Amino acid sequence: MLQSDRREFLKLAGMAGVTFTAGLFPGERVAAQATDFHFVQFSDTHWGYSGAANPDAEHTLAKAVATVNGLARQPDFVVFTGDLTHTTDDPKLRRERMKRFREIVSALAVKDVRFMPGEHDASLDKGEAYREFFGAPYYTFDHKGTHFIALDNVSDPAAKLGDEQLAWLAADLKQRKPDDRIIVLTHRPLFDLQPQWDWTTADGAKAIELLMPYRNVVVFYGHIHQEHHHMTGHIAHHAANSLIFALPAPGSQPKRAALAYDAATPGKGLGTRDITVADKVTLIELPVTKG
Amino acid sequence: MQRRVLMALLAGSALGGAARLAADQPVEIRISAKKFEFHPNKVMAKRGQPLVLVLTSEDRIHGFKMPDFGVRADIVPGQETRVPLMPDKAGSFTFFCDVFCGDGHEDMDGTLVVEA
Ligand SMILES: [Cu+2]
Repeated sequence: MLQSDRREFLKLAGMAGVTFTAGLFPGERVAAQATDFHFVQFSDTHWGYSGAANPDAEHTLAKAVATVNGLARQPDFVVFTGDLTHTTDDPKLRRERMKRFREIVSALAVKDVRFMPGEHDASLDKGEAYREFFGAPYYTFDHKGTHFIALDNVSDPAAKLGDEQLAWLAADLKQRKPDDRIIVLTHRPLFDLQPQWDWTTADGAKAIELLMPYRNVVVFYGHIHQEHHHMTGHIAHHAANSLIFALPAPGSQPKRAALAYDAATPGKGLGTRDITVADKVTLIELPVTKG
Repeated sequence: MQRRVLMALLAGSALGGAARLAADQPVEIRISAKKFEFHPNKVMAKRGQPLVLVLTSEDRIHGFKMPDFGVRADIVPGQETRVPLMPDKAGSFTFFCDVFCGDGHEDMDGTLVVEA
């Protein structure tokens, strides 16, 4: 890491208040510098939402885009882990929201941007509008030696990956070596985080079972509108903040209702995340707007 | 809403015994679903008293899930979905819709109160 990069890194860490480093990629020993990179995760932008939980809903996404554009070290790429738009019963309005969302995020300086659906985007029409705008809801890509797998657990309104996608995942994983770096991106938690709040994926355990033989697997997801870290065996699962409203910690109150907006601390609990992939995976939570 | 019925069919087949005690007869509880609520959304039961939930939908497909008792079913309009349930522990237990049904889906839930 260059000195200037390190300073920026530390500045960011201070700004965000939280840096999360874990011995992730636990099977990894030595990593070549050439394979180090970072990317930014956006999640749960819910474009089209209006309500008391975020009076600034029309501007939050654009502000977060500007904040990421202001990073001294621009990320190699950006991922959006679902709920790009807020749900609507009106197929025409759904498409208008996707169109406007795409326009806003086209202001990102980084042009390599990957999308994933959330249930708000895809569950009412089984992903039809989503695919028109953003293409395949599940796919893989490779970046500097890391294999990325985007999984779709929302196009089925019952929150299933489904047998077809699981077979596709199994076939993809067969081509990996046990110590390959694998990053899984998805919307809902693959494990049973809080079943009473439906914070699960109906057949997520099957995906985790398929991933278990691989020693360097990290999962990034959204859906729960808060930072959260959990291990299933050696596999780390990191939930991201939302850009619309925060939800309570799992099981901390009877209902999973949105946390009330506080005018004194706008943007509290919201933001994006910078993820550095090296011999460790380092997470820096970024606020909506630079303070 | 709650009514006790003699489940002759169940008593005669699945449960096997010809002479069941009345207390062992499942109590039928009807719950209807529509965007974005269950009616009723608070259901009372007694511990050890078997139930049969009779689920119907007034509009579209919904889900019914109660993780504390391992219960889940689709609720399809135009038919009754019957779900047996043995409340073997006392307390308040959440049930909710787990088939995404629109803006309000996240609030579509209810409570089963099991008295000791
Ligand atoms: Cu529903």
